[in-house]
Amino acid sequence: MENTNKTHEEKKLIIDALKQDELNWISKKKTKMKKYRKVRLSRSVGGDIFLLIVLLLFGLFSAYPLIFTITNSLKGLDEIFVFPPRLFPRNITFENFIDLFNLIGNTQVPISRYFINTLTITLFGTVGHVLLASLCAYPLAKHSFPGRHVINQLIVYSLMFSTVVTQIPTYMIVSWLGLIDTHMAIIIPAWGFTLGLFLMRQFMQTIPDELIEAAKIDGANEYQTFFHIVMPLVKPAWLTLIILLFQQLWGIDGGNYIFTENLKPLSYALSQIVAGGVARTGTAAAVTVIMLIVPITVFIINQTKMLDTMAHSGLK
Amino acid sequence: MKVKNIQTEKPFVKPSLKKRIMKNKVYYSMIAPFMLIFTVFTILPVLMSFLLSFTSFDMLQLPKFIGLSNYINLFLNDDVFLIALKNTLILAFITGPVSYLMAFVFAWLINELSPKVRWFMVLIFYAPSISGSAYLLWLLIFSSDMYGILNAYLIDLNLINTPILWLETPKYALFILIIVQLWLSLGVSFLAFIAGLQTVDKTLYEAAAVDGIRNRWQELWYITLPQMKSQLMFGAVMQITNALGIGMVSVSLLGFPSVEYSGHTIVTHLLDFGSANSTRLEMGYASAIATILFVLMLGSNLIVQRIIKRVGT
Repeated sequence: MENTNKTHEEKKLIIDALKQDELNWISKKKTKMKKYRKVRLSRSVGGDIFLLIVLLLFGLFSAYPLIFTITNSLKGLDEIFVFPPRLFPRNITFENFIDLFNLIGNTQVPISRYFINTLTITLFGTVGHVLLASLCAYPLAKHSFPGRHVINQLIVYSLMFSTVVTQIPTYMIVSWLGLIDTHMAIIIPAWGFTLGLFLMRQFMQTIPDELIEAAKIDGANEYQTFFHIVMPLVKPAWLTLIILLFQQLWGIDGGNYIFTENLKPLSYALSQIVAGGVARTGTAAAVTVIMLIVPITVFIINQTKMLDTMAHSGLK
Repeated sequence: MKVKNIQTEKPFVKPSLKKRIMKNKVYYSMIAPFMLIFTVFTILPVLMSFLLSFTSFDMLQLPKFIGLSNYINLFLNDDVFLIALKNTLILAFITGPVSYLMAFVFAWLINELSPKVRWFMVLIFYAPSISGSAYLLWLLIFSSDMYGILNAYLIDLNLINTPILWLETPKYALFILIIVQLWLSLGVSFLAFIAGLQTVDKTLYEAAAVDGIRNRWQELWYITLPQMKSQLMFGAVMQITNALGIGMVSVSLLGFPSVEYSGHTIVTHLLDFGSANSTRLEMGYASAIATILFVLMLGSNLIVQRIIKRVGT
């Protein structure tokens, strides 16, 4: 009895120490940042200016098309085709968005249906992936068992080619499994997203072994350890996985896999509207803005967490 | 802690494989669901693709073994494939290294900014790669009439008199693809670099300054790069895979097929033969194309990994 109490306390101590460590680390990082900016000697003013200009130029290159899309969506049709093109509209109007909503009202299938389809795919795909990938990443990162090394190698190799290479057999397998024309045709392959597993595994390797040992001594089995100790600690990593998968699934249009109109995702419906030609340029911009806003907002909220995860992304 | 050590430390005898597997069965149960999907949707497709590449297969009848015919046809009888191969290699040789350098250099420059500005710049640079179909705006930029944004600016500045047919002229095709691909290329590897730079031990810079490191370039080569080796490798994998996988951008911007196959790549060639709604349905042939792409991607990744391992040594 005494023994378990002791270890329990020990565990608490370790957790406290870790928390303290983290706090220390953050404050240290902050003071270090300040210090280091003062101390840096190896800088020349000329170099600073040159590099800043490079940065600004590319920043413009990077932002210009996006800004143009956004401002285009706020222009009336007359202003979109003005010569020479103007980046910012004279009169801001929401008529493109209003047009879009009117067009949406006229589709055979109510737009809410498409939206629900996209939401289903994104939600089930993301949640399932985060769960399965974390569950798989934990033993790969923290325990040794026969076959672990081979699996780790396979995962690294699988990062080295894109899914386009395997799309023919994947299509065949999806159809053998009878998943064609269901949401599962997109959701289940998405669960096997290896970059997600890789990032999760890398992040889990940073968890101190003591914590896992402590949980074991307390009598937790591996699943309990996983859900109560490991998962809360890797929050930045699962947020990253959510962002990455979300970005992929949000814009998916179903392509070869989904034929029934009722099951098609939002992106498909919107692209049909845009296909209406030049007169729809403004509406198309509005569509792009709507599709764009969601992943970017998700990234804005989670940038810091995502960088936390990426810090451990390295290959050895 | 000592109690635990006594419990777990036994004289070391390697137990039999079966015993070790049984002992770790809980871990196998944890990896099983993901590994099942990984096997079915990644490993199995790679193997199938490889095997099918030696067959003639139209999805209706059983595959028929035809040896190396697909590969021989690709290289000897399919001029379009050779164009695709050439274009893919040109695009990869340019966008791969350039995007890699860009991702690193910008990450490095951004890292020196104050945290708030850095946050904003990361957003600006990363946004294109997550903006989905927003790259279609480049259609408007390179559009061939005088309302195409680029043409309009050039005419306005009196640099040209008549609009240039950007998207329809073969000699511009690769140039356009490179520009758009570079615009899209600051993705996960860029984030990995930013994050990696933040973990570099800052005290080393101070020590280096004292030790006589004169400028930022020396600092970069001797201190920063060696510490970031693992992120550099990860970034290389991502950029190479993307650079060799260019295809969808070409289809959306230059159309399919592009004028005189000027923007044709291995991926678009693959889509031509092997996508489910392609009329050709020559899956064996398409699998041979996919296998070549697979070998190209894996091969160049492994070579580059070797090179990066030497950085700073």
